[in-house]
Amino acid sequence: MLLAADELMAARYQMAFSLGFHIVLSCFGVALPALIYVLHRRGLKHDDHDALVLAKKWAKVSAVLFAVGAVSGTVLSFELGLLFPGMMEQFGDVIGLPFALEGIAFFLEAIFIGIYLYGWDRLPPKVHLNVLIPIIASGAFGTFCIISVNAFMNNPAGFTRDPVTGEITDVEPLAAMFNNAVWGQAIHMFLATYAVTGFLVAAVYAVGMRKGRHDRPHRLGFLVAFAFATIAAVAQPVVGHFTGQRLPEDQPAKVAAFELSDEREDRAPLTIGGLWIDGEKRFGLEIPWLGSIATGTSPNQVVPSITDFPEDERPPINVTHIAFQLMVGAGTTMVGIAAWFWWRRRKVGDAVFSEKWTMRSIVAGGALSVLALEAGWTATEVGRQPWVVYEELRTADAVTQNSGVWISLTAIVVLYASMAYLATKVIRGMTRRWRESDEIDLPTPYGPSVEEADTVAAVGGTR
Amino acid sequence: MALSDVVAALMFLGVVAYALFGGADFGTGVWDLTAGTGESGSHLRAQIDRSLGPVWEANHVWLIYVLVFMWTAFPTAFVAIMNTLFIPWMLVALGIVLRGGAFAFRKFSTGYREAQLHGIVFAASSVITPFFLGMIAGAIASGRVPLDEPGDVWSSWTGPTSWIGGTLAVLTCSFLAGTFLAADAARSGRAELAEVVGRRAWWVGLVTGAAAIVAAVTLELDARSLASGLHGRGLPLMLVSAVAGAISLYRLYQRRWARARVGAVIAVGAIVVGWGVGQYPDILVDHAEIADVIGARSTQIGLLIVFALAAVTAVPALVWLYVLVNGKRWAGPSA
Repeated sequence: MLLAADELMAARYQMAFSLGFHIVLSCFGVALPALIYVLHRRGLKHDDHDALVLAKKWAKVSAVLFAVGAVSGTVLSFELGLLFPGMMEQFGDVIGLPFALEGIAFFLEAIFIGIYLYGWDRLPPKVHLNVLIPIIASGAFGTFCIISVNAFMNNPAGFTRDPVTGEITDVEPLAAMFNNAVWGQAIHMFLATYAVTGFLVAAVYAVGMRKGRHDRPHRLGFLVAFAFATIAAVAQPVVGHFTGQRLPEDQPAKVAAFELSDEREDRAPLTIGGLWIDGEKRFGLEIPWLGSIATGTSPNQVVPSITDFPEDERPPINVTHIAFQLMVGAGTTMVGIAAWFWWRRRKVGDAVFSEKWTMRSIVAGGALSVLALEAGWTATEVGRQPWVVYEELRTADAVTQNSGVWISLTAIVVLYASMAYLATKVIRGMTRRWRESDEIDLPTPYGPSVEEADTVAAVGGTR
Repeated sequence: MALSDVVAALMFLGVVAYALFGGADFGTGVWDLTAGTGESGSHLRAQIDRSLGPVWEANHVWLIYVLVFMWTAFPTAFVAIMNTLFIPWMLVALGIVLRGGAFAFRKFSTGYREAQLHGIVFAASSVITPFFLGMIAGAIASGRVPLDEPGDVWSSWTGPTSWIGGTLAVLTCSFLAGTFLAADAARSGRAELAEVVGRRAWWVGLVTGAAAIVAAVTLELDARSLASGLHGRGLPLMLVSAVAGAISLYRLYQRRWARARVGAVIAVGAIVVGWGVGQYPDILVDHAEIADVIGARSTQIGLLIVFALAAVTAVPALVWLYVLVNGKRWAGPSA
């Protein structure tokens, strides 16, 4: 039994770690093409050399990020079967449709990214720019498909369970895909990809500003990224709030854990901080009524209590509660940072880029965006426990019986840590070389000398 | 033809496509690994980068295609394959991550030493990954993946058929890659490089043919069910493969690199199709038939619709990509 519990944790950690790694890269995969599109389009339409150079540089960086994102995404499709065979066995065909559609999205993304990255000076400029559109669209569609699977795990739909045999029958793939939770969750995640990408790119430029790089490309790169970040960050709490409205009905144990609620009541307080210790709520700052308003937009909303549920149907309370509050806290701070920046910019113009604390807050915003992403995802996943498919299949019954998962978990952690380190190192090497010369093209050092033709760069030139 | 057979055939189409596109892609690893250091290896490595760069991500989506089809159409068989073959699948996963990462990292490395390190990781994982995929195929083909209870975590995929399957996978990948690289080099005006690669590809082709004969003998002894299928329905395909392989070798001898590609593709494709035809109607040889493990009917119909959607979206896009990279303009440099 102890061994089984250990393997359960190993399998869950491996899935959590693999997803937690991929989710950041997938943000770039979904949102970065849109940022590049804005710059590329500006470069062509307004003959803006700086914008075009930025688009080229971002495209080269994205080649590295997309590569790691593509392979870490491929690994996830293995891991669904390797780590959660019980889920795939029962529900593989129920949720297969969105996965198959995501396959098309992934295909289109991979194809058009290949064409875009290698299309500079080879395709007619306008056609080349437009290649980004299917990439952007398939990124959004792919997000919807993948999130629909997660929404299904939260809100299973589209099948009947035979009360006698327990068999899954009457599968309706469309009903499974378009379950009640899908739209809210999908838009929430979609906005997150733009918030994270926008904030992180802006943070990179903010670091540059702090180092005294105040040229136009830095300002331009910053503003494009931060415009996306701002729109996404401001819209996100609204979408998040309305997505959460379903929870008291659909997943009451999750919302009870989110709110650290120890009494089922309306006019429930909002508890900031606090822990669940020995079956009761400790510490924390209570704000009257706000818990009900946050959960249901009305003080009359009844917030379920943790104690409504038997111990073996409760999620890990503290992880869920803390993760949820970190997400809300980080998201709110991001809105504040965005508001502060644009207000300062209105006041002082481009001098805002020289303001030490404004730029530092942007850098912090980059870190907070990743924190919000990871915490939000942790909250929804851990908050669903002990179920992998809510009220249908327990995680313990779904995970692999294989005893080697601790080894594969260790391998994946080491591997992804190295990938993160190397990707960072390579990208920093690229930006350093770009600072040292005007050359955008970065010849690969295969040997003492590289073929002449490969080193010829054509910056905005015609060939 | 039953719905389950149609779905299985469409899934297997992905296996064939992956063996060809993914195979030619993986196969560059052997060439990269043996290209030599420094100056002497730089031309071939630059060619590999040019050839793979635009297409490698798309080439590997076929694996996702197969996996998604598998778990959607045949959930219990998918789970059986994953459970029993946990270790080789995990190794394939590691190989895919290392390969994709290292390929991108090498391209943007700062110095030669750094590029060399990433290059070694890229090339080595390009060899190891198809080897384990071949072992997985061997395990299924030799009836070592049971449906209900997981098979042994080690012996299931380390039988004779798995070893020859892994070897054959690496060799066919290398042969495909050799013919493609030679044709690509010739098209971009690097005749000398094409000559070097094409010569070696001829030898690789010869060794691959020999390995195929060893594989046939191994199947007779170790995978009797598949072997009997190959004697019957699969026989024409085996003959097609042998003839196409011989023609490809002849084309290489003639220095007709682009034509050699065609023969190589047919030879490898016919072997893979032969495997599928040979083990039909089993999905897990000796343990499960296609019709026994098919998932919900409504989902299968959904899969057919998705396939039709893919045929009008992804396929034209894919054709455009391959037309572009095979055009004159893309053989030269880009920014």
